[in-house]
Amino acid sequence: MKTKSFNGKALITENILIIIVLAMVIVVSILKPNFLTMNNFSNISVNTAIRFIIALGISGCLITRGNDLSAGRTVGLAGCIAGTLLQKPDYGDRFFPNLPELPIILVLLIVIVVCSIFGLINGCVISFWQVPPFIATLGMQTIVYGICLVYTKSLPLGGYRRDYTAIASGKFLGIPYLFFIAFFIGLFMWFLYNKTRHGKYMYAIGGNESAAEVSGINVAKTKIRIYMLASSLFAIAGFLLGAKAGGATTGLGLSYELEAIAECTIGGVSTNGGVGKVSGILIGVLVFELLKSSMQFLRIDTSWQYIVQGAVIIIAVALDLRKYLAKK
Amino acid sequence: MENLGVHNCTPKFIERKVTSMSEYMLEMRGISKSFPGVKALDDVTIKVRPGTVHALMGENGAGKSTLMKCLFGIYKMDAGEVIFQGEKVEIVNADDALHKGIAMVHQELQPIPERSIAENIFCGRYPTKSFGPLKVIDHKRMYEEAASLLKEVRMEYDPKAKLGTLSISQMQSVEIAKAVSMDAKVVIMDEPTSSLTDNEVEALFIIIDDLKKKGVSIIYISHKMDEILRISDDVSIMRDGQYVGTWEAKELTTDMIIAKMVGRELTNIYPPRDDIEPGEVLLEVKGLTSILPDSFKDIDLTLRRGEILGLGGLVGAQRTELMEAIFGIRHCSKGEIYYKGEKLQIKRPKDAISHNIGLITEDRRGTGIFGVLSIADNVSISSLDKYVDLGIVLNDKKIEELVRNNVSKLSIKTPSSKTLIQSLSGGNQQKVIISRWLANDPDILIMDEPTRGIDVGAKYEIYQIMIELAKQGKAIVMISSEMAELIGMSDRIVVMCNGRVTGEVSGEEATQEKIMQFATKFN
Ligand SMILES: Nc1ncnc2c1ncn2[C@@H]1O[C@H](COP(=O)(O)OP(=O)(O)OP(=O)(O)O)[C@@H](O)[C@H]1O
Ligand SMILES: [Mg+2]
Repeated sequence: MKTKSFNGKALITENILIIIVLAMVIVVSILKPNFLTMNNFSNISVNTAIRFIIALGISGCLITRGNDLSAGRTVGLAGCIAGTLLQKPDYGDRFFPNLPELPIILVLLIVIVVCSIFGLINGCVISFWQVPPFIATLGMQTIVYGICLVYTKSLPLGGYRRDYTAIASGKFLGIPYLFFIAFFIGLFMWFLYNKTRHGKYMYAIGGNESAAEVSGINVAKTKIRIYMLASSLFAIAGFLLGAKAGGATTGLGLSYELEAIAECTIGGVSTNGGVGKVSGILIGVLVFELLKSSMQFLRIDTSWQYIVQGAVIIIAVALDLRKYLAKK
Repeated sequence: MENLGVHNCTPKFIERKVTSMSEYMLEMRGISKSFPGVKALDDVTIKVRPGTVHALMGENGAGKSTLMKCLFGIYKMDAGEVIFQGEKVEIVNADDALHKGIAMVHQELQPIPERSIAENIFCGRYPTKSFGPLKVIDHKRMYEEAASLLKEVRMEYDPKAKLGTLSISQMQSVEIAKAVSMDAKVVIMDEPTSSLTDNEVEALFIIIDDLKKKGVSIIYISHKMDEILRISDDVSIMRDGQYVGTWEAKELTTDMIIAKMVGRELTNIYPPRDDIEPGEVLLEVKGLTSILPDSFKDIDLTLRRGEILGLGGLVGAQRTELMEAIFGIRHCSKGEIYYKGEKLQIKRPKDAISHNIGLITEDRRGTGIFGVLSIADNVSISSLDKYVDLGIVLNDKKIEELVRNNVSKLSIKTPSSKTLIQSLSGGNQQKVIISRWLANDPDILIMDEPTRGIDVGAKYEIYQIMIELAKQGKAIVMISSEMAELIGMSDRIVVMCNGRVTGEVSGEEATQEKIMQFATKFN
C-alpha cells in the first residue's frame, strides 16, 4: 500500500512537465476554441514531424554520452543543397541556371550522402582521436556553416519546384505526408534501437564504455555508425524543412540542436547515457511543439516565449538528473 | 580439502543471544525497506556494542548492504529507528552520517581516478588555511596528513599520485584509509577485504584493533568465514531480508554460521571432481612482454583442454595485466599468442572473443556491469551474434530463454530479468557477469577473482560450473588471491612475482608455503 502511493507521487514528479503542458493544452483549447481544429493539428504534426526526425538523430549521440552540436547547421546545409538542386526551371534567380530537372529521390540521396560524410568525420574524430563529442561537434558546427556559406555564396534560395514543396504541403486522407514520413522513420529507429545488435551495443556503450569494449563490442564502429545515422537524419530533416518553407537561407536550422537535446531530455533520454526510448523522444518533441503552439495561440510575446522555452529546458534536465540523485 | 559438515548443534546453544551488554553504541530497530518488487529488509534489528567488531553475515542479496546504506543515509528506510549513542537520530544523507560520527567503506568502490590519492581521501573536507579573507585548500597539510594516514594502513604510496595508477586492491586500501581518517564512532566496512591480499588484510586487522581500543565500533560485512571468526566479537546473521539472530563469535563455528545463513546444510567448500586428463593445447603464450617497463616480462604459458589453471601471486605480480594483455585490453611489445597452434593477432577484446577467449574482469563496476541496463541485456550482450535472424533482427524469444536459463542456473536473486543490474546485490551482479560468459560459451575462460564478494553457497555453485566447463573440454584460467581457493580448485598453479613467472606446482602438491615461496621470489 505504502509503496504504491509513493510510486504514484514519483510518477507525477517524473512527468511533471508533460502534465503541465497537457494542462496548458486543455486551458488553451478552452480559451481559444480554434486551437482544437484539424488545421492546427495538421500544422503541429508537420512541425513535430521534422523536429522528431532531428531529435531521433541526436538521441543516439546522447545515449552514448555524446552529443551532436552540428545538427542544426547540418539541417541548414541539407536544406540549402536540396534547394539549389530543386528550383523551377523557369525561375529567374536559379542557382544552377542550366541544371536539368533531377529526380527528387536522387536529390534526397545526394543530400544524405553529403551530410553523412560530416557524421563520418564526427564519429572518427570522437572515436579515434578521442576528442570529446561536445568539442568535436562544436567544431563541426562551425565548419558546416562555413561550407554552407561558401556553397550558397550566402544567397537566399527560392522558386522551388511544385513536386518538391508538395512533399510538405501534400496530404493523404487529410493527414500530411510528413506525418507518415516521420512515422516510418520513428518505426525504423524503434526497430533499430530494440531489435538489432546496433541498438543493444549503443545502450551498452552509453551504460559503460569500458565494459562494452571488454564485452567485445566494437565501440569505435558503433559510434561512427551512430554519428553517420544522425547526420543522415539531419539531412532528411533539412530536405523536408526546405520543402515546407519553400525556400532556404544559410540561417536555416540555427540552434535546432539545442531544441532537439531539450526534447530528448524531456522525453527521458538520460544525459548520463544508456537510457532513452523512441516513444519517450516522441513525447518530448510533442510537449515542446505543443508548448510553442499554445504560447502562440495565447499571443504570448515572442521574447517571452524564448524565456519560457529556456526555463523548460533547464527544468527538464534538472528533473532528469533528479531521477538519478533521488533517494531511492 | 577442508570439510564443512554441519554438526548437529543444539538449538538452545544457538539461540542464546548476546545478553551481557549494558549499553549499545548503536541500535537499529525494526528497519524495513522495500524496492519495487523486493522487500529488501523486513523488520531488522541489530545492536552494536562500543569497541567491538560486529559482523553482519548473510547470503548474496540478504540485505546487508541495504541495511548499512539505510544507516549511512544513502537509502531512506520505510520503517524503523536508529539509536546512536543513546539518542534517537535521523540520518538524512552521507554527509550527515559523517558529521554524526558514522563512516563507511563501500562495497562498490567510488574512486575518482583522475585525482590524486590525497584528494580522494580528503574529498569534501579538505584541510584549509586562511589566505587573507579567503579559506583556501592547504595542499601541504593535505599531502602530509594523507601520507601519515597511508602509513597507518601500511600503504606507503605517494599521496600525490593519481588514484587511477593504483590497482583495485590498493584503491580499496585507500578507501579504508579514508574511512578510518574520519574519526568516526562507528565504521561500517562492507566487504573491505573482498579485493585485498593477505598482507593488506593483516594490515587492516591491525587498524581494526587500534580502532577497537579507541572505543570505536566496527560493523563488518564479509563472506570470508575465517576472518569473521578471527576478528569479530558479535555476529548478526540475516537471511532474505530478515534478521535471524545475534551471537557471540566465540560461541560460533563456521558450520553454524553457514547453517544459519543458508538455512540448509552445506557439506563441502569445493565440489568433488574426477581427474580429467588434460587434452590438446588450446592456448600457448610465448615470451609475452608488456609495453610498460615494470609490467610482465617474457611470459611463457600453456593451457590445455579440460584444465583449470590457477594463477597465484601477490598484488603487483601483474597477473591481471598479463591476462588483460592476452585478452587485448593491454598492449604487448613482443611475444606471441597461439590458439590451437594458430598465431593470433589480438588488438582488442573483440579479436580475443572471436577466437573463443573470454575474460571476467576483476573490476566489476568499472569494466563489468552495464548499470542502467537490464539483467537480460547484461547477460546477452556478448553473444548477440548467435541470436540474429535474417541477418539483422534479434530473436527476443531465444535471448529471453538464454537469460532465463542462466538466471536459474546460477540462482541469481532478482524479481525479473528486466530488473536493472545496478539494483542487484554485489554478489548477484558478479553472477550476472559470469552468466554473460557462459552464454558466450568460450573455449578459454579467464576468470579474474571470480568469487569475489560471493557467499559460500554461491561459491560452490561457481566452482561446480568451472568443473563442468573443464569436463566439457574447455580450459579455465583463474586468478585468485584466496590461497585456499587456488589450491582447492586448480589442476596446476603458476605463480608470478614482479611480472615474471617464478614457479609452477601441480594442484596436488600445492601448499600455501610453496606458493608463497614462489610469490615472493623477487629476483
Ligand atoms: N537500489 C535498489 N533497487 C532495487 N532493489 C535493490 C536495490 N538495492 C538492493 N536491492 C535489492 O535488495 C536486496 C538486498 O540487496 P543487498 O545489496 O543489501 O544484499 P547484500 O546482502 O549486500 O548482498 P551481497 O553479499 O551480494 O553484497 C537484493 O534483492 C537486491 O536486489
Ligand atoms: Mg552487499
